[in-house]
Amino acid sequence: MVRCDVVMANDVSGPVAFRAMEKMGATKVFDPSKVVMVADHFMPAKDARSAELQKRLKEWSDAHGVTYYGQGRGGIEHTLLCEEGWVVPGSVIAGGDSHTCTYGALGAFGTGLGSTDIAACLAFGEFWQTVPGSIQVEFVGEKQPFVTGKDLILAVIGEVGVGGGTDMALEFVGEGAEALSIDERLAVANMAVEAGAESGLFPADETVAEYLQGRADQTWTAERSDADAHFARRLRIDLDSLPPLLALPHLPGNVVPVEEAAGTRIDQVYIGNCANGTMTDLRQTAEVLRGRTVHPDCRAIIVPATQRIYREAMREGLLDVFVEAGAMVSTPTCGACFGGHMGVVGPGERAITTTNRNFRGRMGSTEAQVHIANAWVAAAAAVAGEIVHPASVLEAVRP
Amino acid sequence: MIVEGRAVLIAGDNVDTDVMYPGAYLNIDDPEQMKPYLFEGYDSSLRDQLGGDTVVVVGENFGIGSSREHVSQAMKAWGVRCVLGKSFARIFHRNCINLGLPIAACPEAAAAAKPGSGIRIDTDTGRVEVDGERFQARPLHPFMLELVSSGGLVPWARRRAGGGV
Repeated sequence: MVRCDVVMANDVSGPVAFRAMEKMGATKVFDPSKVVMVADHFMPAKDARSAELQKRLKEWSDAHGVTYYGQGRGGIEHTLLCEEGWVVPGSVIAGGDSHTCTYGALGAFGTGLGSTDIAACLAFGEFWQTVPGSIQVEFVGEKQPFVTGKDLILAVIGEVGVGGGTDMALEFVGEGAEALSIDERLAVANMAVEAGAESGLFPADETVAEYLQGRADQTWTAERSDADAHFARRLRIDLDSLPPLLALPHLPGNVVPVEEAAGTRIDQVYIGNCANGTMTDLRQTAEVLRGRTVHPDCRAIIVPATQRIYREAMREGLLDVFVEAGAMVSTPTCGACFGGHMGVVGPGERAITTTNRNFRGRMGSTEAQVHIANAWVAAAAAVAGEIVHPASVLEAVRP
Repeated sequence: MIVEGRAVLIAGDNVDTDVMYPGAYLNIDDPEQMKPYLFEGYDSSLRDQLGGDTVVVVGENFGIGSSREHVSQAMKAWGVRCVLGKSFARIFHRNCINLGLPIAACPEAAAAAKPGSGIRIDTDTGRVEVDGERFQARPLHPFMLELVSSGGLVPWARRRAGGGV
C-alpha cells in the first residue's frame, strides 16, 4: 500500500466515493488536513442534478472538516492545488481524476484513481499500487518560436502511443526540460496519462523551489531517478527541430505538425483546462488576439484555470483583449473540455482546443471533430477561422 | 472463482471511457441511474444485448482516458459478469478490480470471441474458454485476485475497518 500525502476529489468523483466510503463502514477521514475537495467539473452548476452534487460535496467537506474549494473560491483542481501549495516534490497525491498526474510538474507522484479507490484513500490514507516501470524522456536542444510544453508532450505521445506508457511512470529530463517554466511543465505532466502512464515527473529543481517559496510550507526533498536506474525505454526529443504540433481527431496520439492540418476550417476554439489555462497560455492568446478579431465564422471560449489566474489576467488587461476580439471569457471550470457544459460542440463541428483529450464525443457531439494544440495555434485558428501556423497570423500586418 | 457467460463485443482498440459513458451524464452518482447511459457515445444499441450473463469482450488498451468509475459501475449495475480483453488501460482495470468485477487480459481469447460466444473464465488460474476452445490469460496479481474474489475494495475495507485485515 502507498501512503497519501494529499487525497483530492471533485464534484464528479467525490459523491461516488462518499457512497463507497459509507459502504466501507468508515465514518471518518484518515486526516482532515490532507483531504481537499474541489467543485470544478459542472461549475457553476449546469442543472439541478449537478447543483445537488456540489451541495453534497460541500456538506460532506464541512462535516469531515476538510478543505473545500467551491464556486468563486478555487478553480480547476490541478492548477489550483499547485497554486495553493498542496503539492511539494516527493509527495504522493491520490486524486479522483485521471489528470492528477499533473503534479509531476512539481516532482510529486500524483496519480489518478477511480472513486472506490478514493473512498479507501479517504478512509485509510492508502491505495494499492504495483511498482511501475520507468520511461525516461530527454528533451535536448532549445524550443523554437511558437513551440510550448504542449508540443513537447504531444511529441512524446506521438512517439510512444496512447498505450505505450501503461504500467509506467514517465520522467522528463534534459536541458529542454530544465528550461521549462512551471506553467509549461504543468502542460507536459498533465498529459502523461494520455500515453497511458501512471504519472509523469520532472525532477524538482531551482525553478520548483522558487515557485514553492511562500506557497508551500511543508518540508520536501527533491527526488530523481538513481544514476544506475533501469529504464524500460529511453526517449530523446530534439527541440531544435520540433515544430508546433497538433493531435488530429479522435486520439491524442494522432500527432502531426500543425502545417499538415493547415486549412482545416474551425467552428470553435477552446483555450483553457487543467493543462493549459495558465497565465502563460493566456498571455500567448492575448498576443495573438490583441488588435485582431475572432473570425466571423468561428467562436472562441477562453477559460482561465483558477480565480487567481482570472484576476491576474484581468489586472493585466488580457480579458479586455479577449472580449474586444470577440472571444467569450468563461469563469474557471472544466466545462466543455469533457463535454459537460459551457460550450459543447455540435454535430459536424470542428474544434481546436488546448485541452488534453480529443476522443470521439469528448467535447459534445460524437459527430464533432476535436484537434488538440497549444495556445498560440488555437488562438491563431480563432483569427484565421482555420488551422494555420501561428507565425502566419502574427507576422501578417494587422488590419 | 469461475465466471461463465455470453459475449457482447465492443470492437476496436483504444476505446476510451468517454464513449463508454459520456461526460454530460457524469452528474449522476447512483449506479442504477447510470445504466441508461452506458455505451451511449459508442453504440447505444449494445445495451439491448446486455443480459444477466454478459461477458463484455474488448480489444487492446480498453478504457483509456478519464478515471470515471461510471463505466464499470454501470456495467456492474447491468449485471455484467466479467470483462475480457486484449489489454486494458490502468485506471479502468483498477476500477473493475475495486468493484469486484472480474477482468481478464488474454489477447487470443478476446480475438476468438464472437457475439454470443460462450465464455468461461477461471480467475484463479487464468484459464479462459471461448466456445470450448482453451486459452491461457496472465493471472491477476494475488492481491488483485484477493480483491476481486472477495467482492472488491468495499468488503475488503469493511474487514479492515472492523479489524479483520
